[in-house]
Amino acid sequence: MSEQAAEPATEVGDRTTAGGESNATDSPPPLRVTNLEKHFGGIAAVDGVSFDVHEGTLTGLIGPNGAGKSTAFDCITGVYAPDAGTVEFNGEDITGLEPFEICNRGLVRTFQIARELEKMTVLENLMLAPAGQRGEALWRSVTPIARRGVAAEERDLRERVWETLEFFEIDHLAEEYAGTLSGGQRKLLEMSRALMTDPDVVLLDEPLAGVNPSLEKKLLERIHDLREEGYTFLLVEHDMDVIMNHCERVIVMHQGTNLAAGTPEEITSNERVIDAYLGGEV
Amino acid sequence: MSSPPGTDADSTGDGDGGSRSDSDADAASRSLLPETRWQRDVVLILATLLGIYALFALIGLALDFDTNGILNVLRELTLFAAVYAMLVLALNLHWGYTGLFNIGVAGFMAVGVYTMAILTASPDATAPGFGLPLWVGIVGGMAMAALVGLVAALPALRLRADYLAIVTLGLSEIIRLTFQSMQFSNALEDALGVATNGGSGMNFPGTRNVVQYAFYRGGDRTSEPTVLGDALFGLGESFDVLPLVVLGWGYNVVLAIGVVAFYVLLVRIANSPFGRVLKAIREDELVAASLGKNTDLFKIKVFMLGCALMGLAGILWQGQAGYTSPHEFRPELTFYVFIALIIGGAGSNTGSVLGGLVFGTLLFQGPLYVPRLVAEGLSVAGVELGPPPNTFYDAALALGSLDPLPMLAYATAGTNVSYLRFVLLGVVLILVVQRRPEGLLGHRIETAAAVDLSNRSRTTATDGGSSNSSSGSTATNADPGSMPTNADPGSTPTDDRRDSTATTDERDPGSTDGDPDE
Repeated sequence: MSEQAAEPATEVGDRTTAGGESNATDSPPPLRVTNLEKHFGGIAAVDGVSFDVHEGTLTGLIGPNGAGKSTAFDCITGVYAPDAGTVEFNGEDITGLEPFEICNRGLVRTFQIARELEKMTVLENLMLAPAGQRGEALWRSVTPIARRGVAAEERDLRERVWETLEFFEIDHLAEEYAGTLSGGQRKLLEMSRALMTDPDVVLLDEPLAGVNPSLEKKLLERIHDLREEGYTFLLVEHDMDVIMNHCERVIVMHQGTNLAAGTPEEITSNERVIDAYLGGEV
Repeated sequence: MSSPPGTDADSTGDGDGGSRSDSDADAASRSLLPETRWQRDVVLILATLLGIYALFALIGLALDFDTNGILNVLRELTLFAAVYAMLVLALNLHWGYTGLFNIGVAGFMAVGVYTMAILTASPDATAPGFGLPLWVGIVGGMAMAALVGLVAALPALRLRADYLAIVTLGLSEIIRLTFQSMQFSNALEDALGVATNGGSGMNFPGTRNVVQYAFYRGGDRTSEPTVLGDALFGLGESFDVLPLVVLGWGYNVVLAIGVVAFYVLLVRIANSPFGRVLKAIREDELVAASLGKNTDLFKIKVFMLGCALMGLAGILWQGQAGYTSPHEFRPELTFYVFIALIIGGAGSNTGSVLGGLVFGTLLFQGPLYVPRLVAEGLSVAGVELGPPPNTFYDAALALGSLDPLPMLAYATAGTNVSYLRFVLLGVVLILVVQRRPEGLLGHRIETAAAVDLSNRSRTTATDGGSSNSSSGSTATNADPGSMPTNADPGSTPTDDRRDSTATTDERDPGSTDGDPDE
């Protein structure tokens, strides 16, 4: 584990070398999950799942309800400590780290049911996210001279926040409490907030659930724009059209373990996937 | 409710932005900075205080008090107003901002006060102390309160909010009973040569000495006054005000400095990235953690700071008399502070001060003047109150048969009013929670940032040098940096944003769920 961590992660971290799966052989993939297990009492919610997420891709994670997708997300992002297995991020073992440590390494997630900071405005929600803000130190917030530096940093941050709000077309809601937003707007807010952490890899847990078609189109466009900039996405989704048309790779989970992985074409022609998840309709 | 002050001001600025020149817009935006709002808030606080003073001055006049009597009443009110304002501010940091349900306020105050007392009390006193200087006592008291806070917080903060509540309430009672215990005092005397004297309480120099040193040479009331003391005593004398009253008001200045310091500190914390993380923890701790914030560390820091402030508030309160005893730190005190915070509005610092003022004067200390006021009124009206009924039940029975006098007699007899005060507090609490659950100022949007976040487009306008419209330049995104620029230019014409911002500010809350895409 330590040897893997020692490998240079900087090369991988440079996401401008965006590409498909071709360069994934040399350096460790941004996200590698190996034999992950999580039990709740007698139930094995995640039962030895393993997969890689390749750099610069939009990877779909599909599977029937209860397959363990969200639990796997929770184990990867530190909400739960996995019972067994490892999670590697850019070659570094991050298994069992606290959620904030994982986020600060560049792996951020959104939640299946959007979790807004309801009594905070949309602007505050986004201003919160960037890592390592100097004003997060108590003494800098209250000492007069240090506070000037904090204010300067806040002004720079404010620009980025407004740009992000405009990119996601929710800038007209900037002054609103996040709690007053509609379901679809919350999904946009949640994704824009996650991006404000300046991540390498974004885990999206059903970002399109309960979103109307035009907003879904908008969200997917944004995801594609960002992927072209070099962000890597792992997306839980049930809509096979979305998976087929947008993802480069698809991972199928079933009963807590991975059933198959490959291109959408390979997946839809995979007998086991059809039996377990897709049924006869595809 | 439809337009809280914050958004109101912002929307005004936005609306004007297009029609003004840049310098005007810039000036307008500067006048809307959060700093300006607290100038308005300070006026609000002072006006409330003056109103309360005027009310009680009138009550004093009605009761035929002389100038010294009235000033003394107002001095006492100021003490409670200031102490509650400080306590509410500290609790607002815990509960209003971070959502930490600390119901051990009294305990942390006791730790601060007793530590200070033990450090500063004279070694020759009945309850001997270390005889250290006052400032050592204050710093030591705050540090010890913070330390006890840390001990309470470490196990409890990792659990759910209810556990912190139970731990703090229990701890606060343990602390009070410890100081009440004579065995503890004896053990302390054997080990360190200092004592707390159990339930009899202990004397200590107290923060009032600051004023005595300022007014008298050598800090002794029997010695010569200093230049400042001489001047102020002389001024008082020309209005027939006794030196003792002047001295009492001198301590009010110390208290006022305390309140201002608490307020400035809390406002700075509130308007900072630190305060933003605290709010996020209150709203949803997992989200804050998932966005890379070490929430445990933030909670521990803020809990310790709040406990230190509670200790300091206790020191300034008990330091007024220079005597403290465990009976001052009953759990009721904690609930008084909570009531004051609920009245003021959890999450708002200005509301906290207002809540402390209103609670400390009108609800806590004010009712004690009612019996005398009633007796005075009745004697003027020539009504004779019979002997008070023995129980509240008897009085209520008479009230039921439409005879208010027995109830009046009961309420004004002896110390009954201090118990009836609980009824008043209960009624007020129910009314506030029913009619205005957010308290006086809890409804305001007080943005947690060191700069005005909505100010962005105007800054861009000034930078870009576009002369006629601040809104037009938002579309020209300067530097994308690592963040994407608008990939679909024109999809959000900025003027739309302006318009919709203006309308969203004015619309009724019910329509906030509208998704523009639906």
